[in-house]
This record gives sequence, C-alpha cells and structure tokens, in this order.
Amino acid sequence: MLEINVLDATTEAHIAKKKKTIHPLLQGLLTACLLFGLWQLIVVVFAFPPFILPSPHAVMMKLILRIDVLLFHTWITTQEIVLGLILGLTMGLFFALQMLLFEPLKRWLLPILIASQAIPVFAIAPILMLWLGYGIASKVVMAALIIFFPVTTCCYDGLRSTPSGYIDLAKTMSASKWQTLRHIRLPAALPALASGIRVAVVVAPIGAVVGEWVGSSAGLGYLMLQANARMMIDEMFAALFILALFSITLYFITDRLLKRAIHWQL
Amino acid sequence: MKTHNLAVTLSMTNPVLIELKNASLGYKDSQQPILSDLNMRISKQRWTSILGRSGCGKTTLLRFLAGLLNDDLDWQGDMKSSLSGQLHQNVAYMAQQDLLMPWLNVMDNVCLSFKFGNLILSEKDKQKAVQLIDQVGLSNQRHHFPNQLSGGMRQRVALARTLMQNKPLVLMDEPFSALDAVTRYQLQNLSATLLQDKTVVLITHDPQEALRLADHIYLMLGSPSQTHSFPVPYGHAPRSLNGEIAELQQKLIEQLERDHVGN
Repeated sequence: MLEINVLDATTEAHIAKKKKTIHPLLQGLLTACLLFGLWQLIVVVFAFPPFILPSPHAVMMKLILRIDVLLFHTWITTQEIVLGLILGLTMGLFFALQMLLFEPLKRWLLPILIASQAIPVFAIAPILMLWLGYGIASKVVMAALIIFFPVTTCCYDGLRSTPSGYIDLAKTMSASKWQTLRHIRLPAALPALASGIRVAVVVAPIGAVVGEWVGSSAGLGYLMLQANARMMIDEMFAALFILALFSITLYFITDRLLKRAIHWQL
Repeated sequence: MKTHNLAVTLSMTNPVLIELKNASLGYKDSQQPILSDLNMRISKQRWTSILGRSGCGKTTLLRFLAGLLNDDLDWQGDMKSSLSGQLHQNVAYMAQQDLLMPWLNVMDNVCLSFKFGNLILSEKDKQKAVQLIDQVGLSNQRHHFPNQLSGGMRQRVALARTLMQNKPLVLMDEPFSALDAVTRYQLQNLSATLLQDKTVVLITHDPQEALRLADHIYLMLGSPSQTHSFPVPYGHAPRSLNGEIAELQQKLIEQLERDHVGN
C-alpha cells in the first residue's frame, strides 16, 4: 500500500514538474527576467553612461513617468499597423483571387507583385510621404506594401494547391466555379493563408515604423527619433520596449485566433 | 459450374442501365488507345466490378462515367443509357481517399452535396442525414471532425455522404483499399446492405472484394486493355468466404498474373 502511494506521489510530482516547465507564459516571463538581469549586470559591470546604455531601471522609470506621451504615440502606431494589416490582407487576398480566376491576368499581375517586394520600402518611403503626406495614410500604405507580397503568395499557393480529389468530388456534385471556390478552395486555402497572416503580423510594424522614421509628426518611430536626437536614450528604449511588447502580443493573439479558426490543422 | 451460369443469368435479367459498345479511350496525341473494344453492360440495381492491373485504364473508365475526364482524353464508341439527363448528373462518386472536408463536421460532410447546384437543405433532408449517420454506426460522432475519426470511420462518413446524394449510379474507385482487413470486411458488408437498390460500379484490384460483392465481374486484360466477363459465385452479396470463392479467386489471380507477364 505504502509503495503504491509513494509511486503515485512521484508520478504526480513528475506530472506537475512537467506542466510547470511547459507553461509558455511562465517561460516567457522567465526569459524576460533573465534578459533584464543580464542587461542590468552589463550596465553595472561596464559602467556605461546612461546616454549610451541606460539601465533597465531607468527605462522602467521613464516608462512610468512618460506613460501618457508613450501611450498617445502607441495609439497612433497601432492604428497604422492595424489599418495597414487590413489593407494589405485585403489587397493580397484580392490579388491572389484574381490570379487564380483569370489565368491570363496572372502574367500582368505577377511583375507588379514581384516589384512590390523587390523595391526596398526605404526607397519608396520618401515618395509615399510626398504623395500621401506626413499623416497616418503614408504609414498605412507602407505597412500594407510590406506585407502584400507574403500574403499574396501564401494565399495564391493555398488556393492553387487544393487537393484534386476535393475538386473532383465537387464536380460530381455539380458544383459551379463559384461554389467550388466558396466551399472548397477558400476553406482549403485557410492554413496557407494563416501562415501568410502570421508573417504579415510580424512584418507590418516594421513598415509602419520605417514610415514614421522617414517623415511623421507622431507615432512610436517618431518618438524614438526625437528621443535619440535629444540624447534621451532611456525614453528611446521605453518606446522600443512598448513596440516589442506590442508586436509580440499582436503575434500571439493572432496565432491563438488563427489556431481556433483553423482547428483541423494541428 | 451450373451455379455460375445461374448467377450470370440472374444479373442479365435486370434491365441494363448503361451499355458501352465498341468503345475506345485514349490520349488525343497518342495513336495507341488505353482501352479498346470496350463492351460492357451495367445492369440496374446491380454491382458491376471492374478488375485489372494498375495502369490498365479502369480508373480512367470510371472517371469517364463520372464526367471527370480531362480534355486531353478522347472517347469514341456507343453509349446507351436509360438514365434521364446527362450521365454525370446521375452519379455519386466514392474514391479511395475519403475526401472529407477537414473543416466540416460529420453532419456537414454528409450534407456536402447540398451546398452545390441549386439544392437547399431542408429539415427533412437533415433528418435523413441523421438517419444515415445512424445506419453507418456513427450516431455518437455526428459533431466530430474528420481528424477525430479513424480511417474506417471516415470511410463510413464518405459512404453516408454518397448515400445522401441519392443518385441512381454509384461509382466506387477502390474505396476500401486503404483500410485494414477487418475494417474492410465490415465496410464491404455495410456498403452491400446500404447500396442494395443502387447501381454500383466498383473498381478494385482485390479479387476477393469483387467476388464478395459483385453481381457481374469484368476483367481488363491486355494492352490496349479489353474487357472480359468473369463468372461470379452463387448467392447474394455480401458473400461469405467459402471454397467456391477461393477457387474463383485463384482463377482470377492466374488470369491477372498472365496479364502482368504479358506486359
């Protein structure tokens, strides 16, 4: 009896231990703490001046003191990223559908698609500023442009690689072209589209911030540039911290939502 | 041998649903057809089984009947059909893969055909679907998704979906070949029972399967392939395995083997 109890206890402990190490949130927190500790250690050991590398403590203080300013600029950047994502995803899906449905059109659209990726965003950023102004519009377009290629290619590949058996089955059920697209091709392309969206969510903030760097009057990128010029490196780090936190949160929320929507792909 | 003839005559007495005469099937850019001198009668409410080595064109023939032939294939010959409307509007197709949509649950997969054409899923149809799912023994899995089911269960859903289409002609392309022996046996029995009043064309490379289920067997031999009739055992499908089936199976395999050597 005793032996069995001991065995039970050890297995339970084993399971509990296993669960603890696996939990992703705890793991993330632990990694963050470790990085902050390392950072603090480097600052202390090498005695960096605050205008080269501020301590995490100083950055946190700045984060708390200047939270109203930081949140205002975060809100601007959030709008740019979210609107850019919506615009880029819509355009990508639309382009992919056009290429699928109108085969001859593909030859005309493909160069545009490749050009959109081949020209560095930094190079067209000034032109976009010129045309769309220093407001939010030029950053939205920038974010949309940077995600356009991965979204379109993923979506197009997904739509094209529907298992032929599915299409055959739909044909024997007298499905029209539109019905096949709506009920077979599109849902079958969702996993591929999801990987496109995952890439887009990570890359879109880059587009928005690059846009803000080139010319803007608000946003986290603008704030970082201003802080840098005034040697307020702690504020720059605070903005950077928020940007990183925002991007990571956005990714995990998107990932969770996609996994729930595409429950059959696990 | 008398019993065999009786079985053959039995199947002959049923009215013919589709008759193919002197038909040939081949690629447009090739002189040599895949199938030639095709003569075949598909009797109403009977199981017709087609056997042959892989690459003999049996799947191509089935795809022709299903209206799934590619544009680069050419069909010649006579085809008489007592079905109203075009042939491919009267078929339900069951393939080797279950072809269940992973994003739909069992119920929605069974009702898939109602998403297409001009069909509308009524309450009565839904009840019928529920009943069919019960008949294939999956009443507890109605709201499960395909990735939660075993291979045999998935093929049962495919069977229910095929029955839900309620078409007079059911085309089956090796539907049980990916299953293990026991599951295959069970599904053969289930299909034979549930598809009793349908005309079925069953493509298979398993002689035993053909001998258990078919009312009429055609062998595809030679190159280009030609159809040969083969006697079926006595009794109603699904037949239990006995000495007679074993004997016929041996003969069947010998004929198919000669064909393999010949090519």
